[in-house]
Formats: sequence, structure tokens, C-alpha cells
Amino acid sequence: MSRQPGAGTLRPLRQAVESTAAPVGGRPHETPLLEVDRISVRFGAVHALTEVSLDVRRGEILAIIGPNGAGKTTLLNVISGFYHPHEGRILFEGRDRTRLRAPDVAALGLARTFQNVALFRGMTVLDNIMTGRLLRMHGSFLWEALYWGPARRQELEHRAVVERIIDFLEIQAIRKTPAGRLPYGLQKRVELARALAAEPTLLLLDEPMAGMNVEEKEDMCRFILDVNDEFGTTIALIEHDMSVVMDISDRVAVLDYGRKIAEGPPDVVRADPAVIHAYLGVAHE
Amino acid sequence: MEIVRAVLVAPFADMVANPAFLAEVLIGGIAAGLMYSLVALGFVLIFKASGVFNFAQGALVLFSALTLVGLMERGVPVWLALGLTMAVMVALAFAIERVVLRPLVNQEAIILFMATIGLNFFLEGFGEMVWGANVKKLDVGIPDTTFVVRGVLVNRLELTAAVTAAVLVTVLAVFFQRTRIGRALRAVADDHEAALSIGIPLKTIWVVVWSVSGLVALAAGVMWGAKSGVQFSLSLIALKALPVLILGGFTSVPGAIVGGLIIGVGEKLGEVYWGPLVGGAIENWFAYVLALMFLFFRPQGLFGEKIIERV
Amino acid sequence: MIYREAGQFKTSYASDQAIFPIVQDRWVAGLVLVTAILVPPLVANEYWLQAILIPFLVYALAAIGLNLLTGYAGQLSLGTGGFMAVGAYSAFKLTTAFPRVSVLLVFLASGVIAAAVGLVFGLPSLRIKGFYLAVATLASQFFLIWLFNKVPWFVNYASSGTITAPNRAVLGVLVTGPNATARARYLVALGLVAVFALVAKNLVRGRIGRSWMAIRDRDIAAEIIGVRPLRTKLLAFGISSFYCGVAGAELVFLFLGSAETLAFDINQSFLVLFMVIIGGVGSILGSFLGSAFIILVPILLTNTPHWLGIRMPVALQKELELMVFGGLIILFLIVEPHGLARLWQVTKEKLRLWPFPY
Repeated sequence: MSRQPGAGTLRPLRQAVESTAAPVGGRPHETPLLEVDRISVRFGAVHALTEVSLDVRRGEILAIIGPNGAGKTTLLNVISGFYHPHEGRILFEGRDRTRLRAPDVAALGLARTFQNVALFRGMTVLDNIMTGRLLRMHGSFLWEALYWGPARRQELEHRAVVERIIDFLEIQAIRKTPAGRLPYGLQKRVELARALAAEPTLLLLDEPMAGMNVEEKEDMCRFILDVNDEFGTTIALIEHDMSVVMDISDRVAVLDYGRKIAEGPPDVVRADPAVIHAYLGVAHE
Repeated sequence: MEIVRAVLVAPFADMVANPAFLAEVLIGGIAAGLMYSLVALGFVLIFKASGVFNFAQGALVLFSALTLVGLMERGVPVWLALGLTMAVMVALAFAIERVVLRPLVNQEAIILFMATIGLNFFLEGFGEMVWGANVKKLDVGIPDTTFVVRGVLVNRLELTAAVTAAVLVTVLAVFFQRTRIGRALRAVADDHEAALSIGIPLKTIWVVVWSVSGLVALAAGVMWGAKSGVQFSLSLIALKALPVLILGGFTSVPGAIVGGLIIGVGEKLGEVYWGPLVGGAIENWFAYVLALMFLFFRPQGLFGEKIIERV
Repeated sequence: MIYREAGQFKTSYASDQAIFPIVQDRWVAGLVLVTAILVPPLVANEYWLQAILIPFLVYALAAIGLNLLTGYAGQLSLGTGGFMAVGAYSAFKLTTAFPRVSVLLVFLASGVIAAAVGLVFGLPSLRIKGFYLAVATLASQFFLIWLFNKVPWFVNYASSGTITAPNRAVLGVLVTGPNATARARYLVALGLVAVFALVAKNLVRGRIGRSWMAIRDRDIAAEIIGVRPLRTKLLAFGISSFYCGVAGAELVFLFLGSAETLAFDINQSFLVLFMVIIGGVGSILGSFLGSAFIILVPILLTNTPHWLGIRMPVALQKELELMVFGGLIILFLIVEPHGLARLWQVTKEKLRLWPFPY
């Protein structure tokens, strides 16, 4: 599978969402969008992350790989602001935001999906995706109580945006289904929709293709590439499937036992002996 | 200024001025606290072993006491009555497992909690219907008299209750930590399905746990009933045990002891030394506020497992 | 056959998001409202109004309040009685201090006061969750009741310790107090609950409702998405307490006539919680259904033996009531944990297909 720009259905989505398209592959010589600077995270005696540094460049797709327990999800949690590192800094667009809490980090333009799908089971798919728009909804209690005037207009505008995302991800048929009743693959797609609804600058995906069959994976890859191509959304994803990683990512970072052991273009990383030793096992051709 | 003096200085001055009285208050507090611990223990057992917050614990206390007294009133001798009541509590545990727990086995905790609220009401009505609603006197052969130790008044009944509670709590703590069944119980509390999948017989475990809890309830019922008569309000004692649970953590047997002591002593001290400042009867809510303040500093209670949230 | 939506296509998002998207539903809702306004005042006798319809409306409002907090926002609360008491006592103090202010405004103001109190007692919800929070709400319940018992200022130093609704009129018609007719009180209760139910429905289908449900379903993920937990939870406590406060004021002013703190004790909290559970957690309609159910069961229990010609002592009746309540709760939780509202939904689904099997 190789990289292909998206098809014509994306045009309406692009009109709905204002964003600047960035050149594919990231811009290496400007300030990275996200800098993780010697982060350490401990849970009691467990050192989840030790002095991890990495950059995410604007417009690129970065894959984070590593054996189970390497600390990949913990890294994402730290970036999201859910955990705070004991040492180190995190800079977003050049500014230090290590101490920010999760809602504030989201307000900066970060959105993510979760390893074990974290959809709101009691709500429909539509409502779930609408929660992704919450940061862009400005509340006026009085109008909301009446469901009229500005509140109603705002609801309908956001509904329109969400519908275009639904079209883009091809999940129209399950719009009104309660999220808890969906099969796993569709849940993952809805989660992606929810993250996209926030129009993020940086999208963090935690194993977006786990548990999917080949067709579903191809669809997911197509969506991820389209999002990156059309809107320039920078994407960092954790993934185990090596073929996916090699095919769609611009750069790869490898974690093992809480430390980063390699970072670079896929081919370079693949050949790195430390990575082979830690992760790929036998020399991979 | 006066208020500050009255709240922060005067009560402590009172305490120091009259140490014998303070000792009595403390002892009373410890005794009450241990009895709270007994009730809280029933909660902890069930929560530890089945993950269910059993709101009906109070009703179990009441029901067991009612059954005991009812049997004794009909002329059954004390030891036989005790044995019969224990059998009744075990039978009740079977019934609860079959009718309430088994159909709800995979539901969320909150659903089970609400089911126990329903159970609470049902048992209250049922107990009253079978044994009658009037207050009954429970005589277990220990006189409610006092004796004096080094200038301090000690109540025989309270002392017996305290010792019994302490013994029971120790036995149960050991049971959970050391024995195989105890380990199995802890596994079940953690994850029903996982426990089932490794062959732990869920149904048996639940019957065992609810039976033991019923027996603990019986012990509590006997102690409280001997002290203040067996009546409807006994089930409200359970509400008192809740702050103990908050303090000690829902899953900790030693926590139930320590929490009970803190609440018992705190409540007594509060009532005696600060109560008159606000017109008395603060024991209705004082324990709760005390527990709440602790919760702010340690949301999982003193001994509860620290909740590490994972995403 | 009865109930088809064939041919009803939504051509705009607005029509899709309406409260009653299906035309038949809209007609039914309208019919129900008109019937509720016209029929009981003309046809029903005093007993029906006083013993069944008015408490149904009053408790439905309280149930909506608790449903917003526990059903939509997921914050389990056992303190409903306490907040209702705040509303009732505030209303009493306000209307006795300002007798010329419209009693409707008094209700609203006492709701606001209850909301403020609710905000304060909702603060622990940031640190405490689940059962611990439920126990913390018990603290508020016990404390508030103790407060109203202890401080005679709240009852205007009456030696009886009760508060009594004085005669107050709206548009010239007496609506509270010993001389107000059941009809007038019924219409006021109906009006208030209809308005507030609509507001509640609007809130839950919009931004606020979604942030509540997000906190309820997965509070961690919600926070990472950008929902601010303290603000969201406090809003839930505040609005819920407003509703319960108004309901408490209505309880005294429109239903009981006079009350003491016993009317707001922990049993009330349980009663309203049962309405929410049985009616349907997270459903506005469910709040109404639950209220109707809980009001009717004791009436049925009291009257059935009478109708069947059996004599039953009062104590036994009370005991049976407790047993039936408890048993029904358990039964509902086993059979349909989502309550009557879900049963209603399922029935509607079946009606759409009937007489075809699928």
C-alpha cells in the first residue's frame, strides 16, 4: 500500500474546516510543533518513561512504536496533559506547557483517540462526535434553556460540520446508534471522527487499527492519510502493525522500557540494530 | 473573638481540667467506635468480595436482631436461638444470592447498589411484618452496669461489645490475608468475569461472603440491641457506618477498625465538648463532616487502594 | 400500522433535532398537554387532584432535578430531601417577609437559593466520585435537616416547628394557602413542571447535556477532550438543586399546606431516587413515569384490600408497602435497568412494526 491523496469527497470537508495545508512530510527546519524534552514519569517504583525526548514536526505523520509496556500510551497521556512528568518539559508551538491540565491542552489544539476505545457509551454516534465540538461551543445558558436564537443556530452549525465528518468517514448509517452497541472497528472510526471534530492541530492516535481486519485497516490508513494531506493535520500515532508504520509514516520513534532508542525515517529505523534487537527480533528483510 | 475562643480554646481547656471525665468520654467513644466498626466490617466484607456496596447491611443487622429476639420471646433458650438465627442468616444469604445477585451478575456497580437499597426496604418491611414493630428488649446475660477502674467509669456491656468486635475484626483480617478462600474472595472483588474464568465458583463465594456478613451483622445487632433495644431505628446504624467506610476505605478490614475508632471518638468528643456551642444533637451529621474532611486529603480513605486512573 | 413514519423525511438538521421528530408524536404530546390543562380541573374530584395529580406533578419536578444530576451527569446524590427543604424554607421565609411579591417569583427565588446551596455541597464532587460522593451527599442531607430543626428563625419562631403556606394569589386567584382550591394549585403545578421540563429537555439535548453525559460515561476521556470537570459537575449540582428547591417549595405550598423537617428526611431522598431509577435514569419522560408509579403504588396498596373486601391493619399495609417497593426496585433493575422509559421506547418500536414481527 502506498501513499495516495484523498478522493473528491474531501472537498466539502475542507470547505467546512478552515486550516492551512502543509507540505507532506513535515518541515524539518522550523520549530517543531511539539517538543518533548527529557520527560520522566514514575508510578511509585515503576519508571514508565525515562528521559524521553522527541520532536513532532508540523505536518508530518510520526509513528511511535515499541514492545508492549514500553511506555507509548504513557507518553501520549503526558502529552495530553493527563499525567504530569516528574522531570522534563513539553513545548507546544515553542511555548512551555508542561504544567497545563488536560482540558487546557485540548484547547491548544490537541485531540486524541484512546487505546481502549473511550466513547461515551450512553450517547449516540452523532452526540459522541458533537462532544468533539465542545471546545468550540460558546455557551449562553439562557438561550440554551430555550433552545432558540443563538444557541440553536450554533447547534445547527456544528451539526453541519459533524455531518461532513460523518460523510468523510463513511459512517452515515450508524449516526443514531448508541455508541455502546457498535462493533469494535466502527467504534474506532467514531472515535477518530470525534477527534477530527475538534479540528486539531495535532492529532494523537493510540493504536487506531488494533483489532481490525485488512479491509478496515486500509480504510483507516486512507482516512489518516487524507486528514494529513488535505488539512495538514500533524499526526502522531502509536501502532503495532509494521507494514502500516512503514507505509504511512514520515518518521518513526521507537521506545523500549521507557526510553527512546531510535528516531528517524522508517528505513533508517528499520535497519537500526538496537531496534531490531529490542523489537523486531530476527533481522527483518 | 469570643467565638474563636469558645471553639478553639475552651473545649480543650475543659478536657485538660477534667481528665477523668475525658477518659470516660474517650472510652465511650472507643466502645461506640468499635461497634461502628462491626457494622462497617459487614460492608467491607461484601464489597471486598463481590464489589457490591451493600446498602442493606443495616437491614441485615436489624433483621438478625429481630429474629434472635423474636425466637427468645417465644421461649427458645439463648444458645439455641443464636444457632437458629445464624442458620436463618445463612439461608437469607442463599436467597439473596439467588434472587438478587445472580440475575444482576454483570451489571454496573451502581445498579447493584440500587438493588441493595431495594433489598434494604424489603427486609425492613419483612422483618417488621414477621416479628412485629414494637421495641424489644434483648438480654444476652451481660448486665448493662458499670464498674470503676482507677477513678474512671467503665460499662460492662460496652466493654464486652468492644472486645467481641476487636476479636471478630482480627479473625476476619487474618482470614482475608492468609487463607486460600480469602485470596479467592479478593479476586472476585476485583473482576467477576476473570475470577469465573479461572474457575472460582462465584455462586459459592457469594453465599459464603453474604453469610459471614450476615453473622457479623448478627453480632452487631446483638451488641446494639442489648444496649438500646431492638427497634426499627437499628437499621439507621448502618448510615452511621458509612462515614467509617469513607475514612477507612471501602476495601480495608483494618481500615474499618481505625475508621470506626476515629469516628467513634471524634463523634463523642464533638458532641460533648463542641456540641453545646450549637445546641447539641450534632451527632447526626458530625461523623459525616469529619469523614468528608478526611476525604479531601485522601479520596480513597486512609487504607483504601490508591486509585490510579488509566486511560 | 398504527404508527408509521413512512414518508416522513427530515430535510433539515433542525427538523431532525426536534424534541418530537415524528409527526404523530407531536400530535400526541400536544393532545396530552391540552388534556392535562382542561380535563382534570373540570372533571376530577378533589381526592384525585389532591392525593394523586398534584403530588405527581410536584414529585415529577423533583425527579427531573435528580435525574439531571444522577441520570445525566452521573453524580449519585442521596441529598435530594435536603435541597427540597432548602427550597421550602426559603420560600416560606421570603413570602412571609415580602408578602406582596408574587408567589411564582418566590418559588423561583427559592430555587436560586437552593441552587447556591447545591453548588456549595457539590464542591466535593471534584475530588470524590461514585459511592464516596453518595455518602458525601448524605452529609448535606443530615446537616441541612439538622439546621432547619435547630434554628427557629427558619420557622419564624413558631412553637410547632412547622412552616405553613399562607394565602397567596396569582392574577387574583388564590393558589396557595388554606383557601386555595385544588384546581388552582393543580394548574400552577402543571404550568411550572411543563415549563421546567421543557427547559430541562432543551438543556440535555444541547451542549450542556452532552458535557454532562460525557462526564457520566467516561470522565477521564471527557477531560482530555476538553470538558472542564468542576464547572460541569457544579453546573449539574446547581441546576438540579434549583429544580429540587422549587419542587420542595411546591411540596409545601401546593400540596401539603404545612410541613416540618420530617417531610424532607432521608426517606424523601430515597423516594425521589426510586422515581428516577424506576422511571428511567437519564430520561425526562422517565421522571414523569417514575413519579406516577411511586405515587400510585401506595394508593393501590391502600385501596386494593378495601376494594377486595379484605380488612388489613394499617401497620401491615405499611410493611407491605415497604416490601413491595423494595421488591419492585429489585425486579425493575433485573428486568429493565433502564426503567419505564426504556419499556416505553421498546413498546413504541413494537408499535411501529405491529402487526408485522420485524
